[in-house]
Amino acid sequence: MGIADLTFWAFAITLITGGLFTVVARNPVHSVLWLILSFLSAAGLFVLIGAEFVAMLLIIVYVGAVAVLFLFVVMMLDVDFAKLKAEMASYVPVAGLIGIVLLMQLGLAFGNWQFSEGIEGRLGNPTPPLDVAHNTQALGLIIYDQYFLLFQLSGLILLVAMVRAIVLTLRHRVDVKRQDVVAQMMRDPKKAMELKDVKPGQGL
Amino acid sequence: MTIGLEHYLTVAAALFVIGIFGIFLNRKNVIIILMSIELMLLAVNINLVAFSFYLGDLTGQVFTLFILTVAAAEAAIGLAILVCFFRNRGTIAVEDVNVMKG
Repeated sequence: MGIADLTFWAFAITLITGGLFTVVARNPVHSVLWLILSFLSAAGLFVLIGAEFVAMLLIIVYVGAVAVLFLFVVMMLDVDFAKLKAEMASYVPVAGLIGIVLLMQLGLAFGNWQFSEGIEGRLGNPTPPLDVAHNTQALGLIIYDQYFLLFQLSGLILLVAMVRAIVLTLRHRVDVKRQDVVAQMMRDPKKAMELKDVKPGQGL
Repeated sequence: MTIGLEHYLTVAAALFVIGIFGIFLNRKNVIIILMSIELMLLAVNINLVAFSFYLGDLTGQVFTLFILTVAAAEAAIGLAILVCFFRNRGTIAVEDVNVMKG
């Protein structure tokens, strides 16, 4: 058993453990932290099979953005999570049954398939040898060439998601004083100040 | 025993089942449900990358990128809806969501 195999088992076990504790943890903040652990181990698995770019992307996008987003929402919402978790035990039988049935279905497909004959000749984008192009370079050549339209469209999806998230969560509070630039600029100095002629010893 | 495609597929299948399990286990807590969906998408990504490596075809990794994009957008919108819902109702219990219709 080489070092690569040991690394695989370590990452795989961490991944499964992290996933399991994500769904059963009582405290949602712990859930998010377990989720981050499983994303990191998945990135490790990706590095093991030579998908470095996707692995780094997983760390940047999932751990850096999505998990932190979850963490912020969990911490900022004042929810009584203990109450939500209280009935969890009653769902365990149904959830376990569905999980086992699905696992059996996936297991059925496990050993009964193989790559077809002569598949090497029919590959769409064969992986180039490492001395020709490394993973990131090869991926870039494909994305910016063959999948350029899809790439742009995924950027559009992100833009729409961003606008949507901002529109949904933006609110104008009425009890906050705000600067009104137009009112400041259109201010008339003549009306701003009033001069009174005060006679000595009398006051207004 | 050397590590083959089957090992990666097993890990991905286990992770996917954990995601489904989590959805049914935390029926009231939308945040955990969203996290379970992320786990399931991660399992699909592992499948794609494993097949991509053992087949010697880079297309799988390209599609992993697209799934990653959609997952990030989905998480952002889902959490925005969640914050909006919490502001209106004061709870995140999913069972009350049908009150919002109309």
